[in-house]
Amino acid sequence: MNAPTYNFAYLDEQTKRMIRRAILKAIAIPGYQVPFASREMPMPYGWGTGGVQVTAAILGPDDVLKVIDQGSDDTTNAISIRKFFGKTAGVATTTSTTDATVIQTRHRIPEASLHAGQVLVYQVPIPEPLRFLEPRETETRRMHALAEYGLMHVKLYEDIARFGHIATAYAYPVKVNARYLMDPSPTPKFDNPKMDNCAALQLFGAGREKRIYAIPPYTTVVSLDFEDHPFTRYRFDAPCALCGADNSYLDEIVTDDKGGRMFVCSDTDFCEQRQAAGHHGTESAAPHKEKAHV
Amino acid sequence: MYVAVKGGERAIENAHRLLAHERRGDRDVPEVTLAQISEQLALGVDRVMTEGSLYDRELAALAIKQARGDMIEAIFLVRAFRATLPRFGATEPVNTGAMQVRRRISSTFKDVPGGQILGPTFDYTHRLLDPQLAEGFVPEQPMTADASQAATPRVTDILGRDGLIESSPQADSDAAVGDLTREPLSFPADRDLRLQNLARGDEGFLLALGYSTQRGYGRNHPFAGEIRFGEVEVEFSAEDVGFAVPLGSIELTECQMVNQFKGSTTEAPCFTRGYGLAFGQSERKTMSMALVDRALRARELGEEAEAPAQDEEFVMSHSDNVQSTGFVEHLKLPHYVDFQSELGLLRKLRQEFAEANEAVEMQEAAE
Repeated sequence: MNAPTYNFAYLDEQTKRMIRRAILKAIAIPGYQVPFASREMPMPYGWGTGGVQVTAAILGPDDVLKVIDQGSDDTTNAISIRKFFGKTAGVATTTSTTDATVIQTRHRIPEASLHAGQVLVYQVPIPEPLRFLEPRETETRRMHALAEYGLMHVKLYEDIARFGHIATAYAYPVKVNARYLMDPSPTPKFDNPKMDNCAALQLFGAGREKRIYAIPPYTTVVSLDFEDHPFTRYRFDAPCALCGADNSYLDEIVTDDKGGRMFVCSDTDFCEQRQAAGHHGTESAAPHKEKAHV
Repeated sequence: MYVAVKGGERAIENAHRLLAHERRGDRDVPEVTLAQISEQLALGVDRVMTEGSLYDRELAALAIKQARGDMIEAIFLVRAFRATLPRFGATEPVNTGAMQVRRRISSTFKDVPGGQILGPTFDYTHRLLDPQLAEGFVPEQPMTADASQAATPRVTDILGRDGLIESSPQADSDAAVGDLTREPLSFPADRDLRLQNLARGDEGFLLALGYSTQRGYGRNHPFAGEIRFGEVEVEFSAEDVGFAVPLGSIELTECQMVNQFKGSTTEAPCFTRGYGLAFGQSERKTMSMALVDRALRARELGEEAEAPAQDEEFVMSHSDNVQSTGFVEHLKLPHYVDFQSELGLLRKLRQEFAEANEAVEMQEAAE
């Protein structure tokens, strides 16, 4: 039996070239979904294969990679993807947002602002923002070609008519470079403003749906809204229980079955940096010691 | 004090170690070998090769063993390996008419040139559990006879001679073969890509879709013109050599469905074709595939396309079980962040609902 051998960062060079071409086209047409011949990866479709292929295609030996899932470097799938590239590319990995040159993410944009030269790679499940309004790809491609986005505005308007405000909490649609309607992947809408005029290159990979799209650095990204119903961010109104941050997106941690809960930063690197810098929250009784079991 | 969850790496390693242990099962029970899987669970191996899109019995058997018998997981393993293989080119079209037939039946004619050959089949077995098979059963040697020298032409070719069935489209031998694993799929898709998609598609999905056409959702009454299973030779035209080089032979099952067609203003009524092809002995798969292939030709034949099986975007987008299982199972991944967003929204909506109701109650009380 032939023992398989793999190329640097797993994908063969031909495939990487094909993906890089798609990426270049995506950068040239911000927000446009470029079809690409997505490969079967050794992790399941829906588990980040699009992001993994984009990362594999752009990674060089000198890159420093950070992988986050739900804002955290320590969630199982983030660990799994980081290990994959550690093994197949041997690149340096980090949990620090500022030290990373390539950050692959699922469902969050880091709190720390990104700098020029960095690349943020998003894992995308459903790249088509119009998909839940129109299931047919043939139709939605036509709608994009004609910039016919009325359907989405009607959907948002219907939310307002029914609930008094727009009832989309994540994967909140944006308009890129005043042309293409784009799905930001299922990030909370709290993160939407970070995409606008961002210094880093933002690449989006959808493996199962075989699409790549991009936001080049310093591109205008506008969350859809109405003059009388402007876009608003949402965050639970509390400081982080660990670092006291009052401007970060929070995870809700259920602590018992009697309604007990606490809120902590979803971006673990951001939270740890703040704690290291001496910031405290209500639950971070320093110095660190184990909670006594009662 | 609360400490953010850490230790995922250890957990993953330990989980995989436990999986390896469970895969082995009771260590007092002898380990199953790849040869045993390949020989005794041959139809499972055939399915993994077909939907895994790679003709390699040994690797398919390994995948089944590694997947603990989970066929979709095994197919996924084979696909992921296949994706890393270099592509040298495409073989010459295989000639199923020259197949070394081991089984061949037609439901449209009582007898056909070359004869009806039942071969190894579950058909007409009585589905009674056989306790003899539990252990140590030695079956009788199969009956043998001299091989027939008669050719076994395809039944559809026989029909074709009288023009009763549409002619099989001849591919342009210089045109590149479509390959949806190399080029992104777009709609409408040509039949070569549709057939490739169906050949890789989930047997259960195609079975259900094919069945739905029989029950009236896009009905087009089919006859099993012919199902044949056997060995065909595979040849590869290497450019430097200048002629086709035989690579070896593979086992294939081919199903040609013969379907009604009422004709149109420009075409005389004739039978139409639905085609199914798969590695190994995969009859259910090829029959289902042929039904769905014919249903998907609705547009081309000017039929109304109303049923799911006739909708190429619906069928082709959902037929691949590696894609389907990935996306369904990705719901196991953490979704804390978007769930939190949704929680926030839901709490707000509920609060607004309560406030509005309160206001109404107060108003009613005041009246």
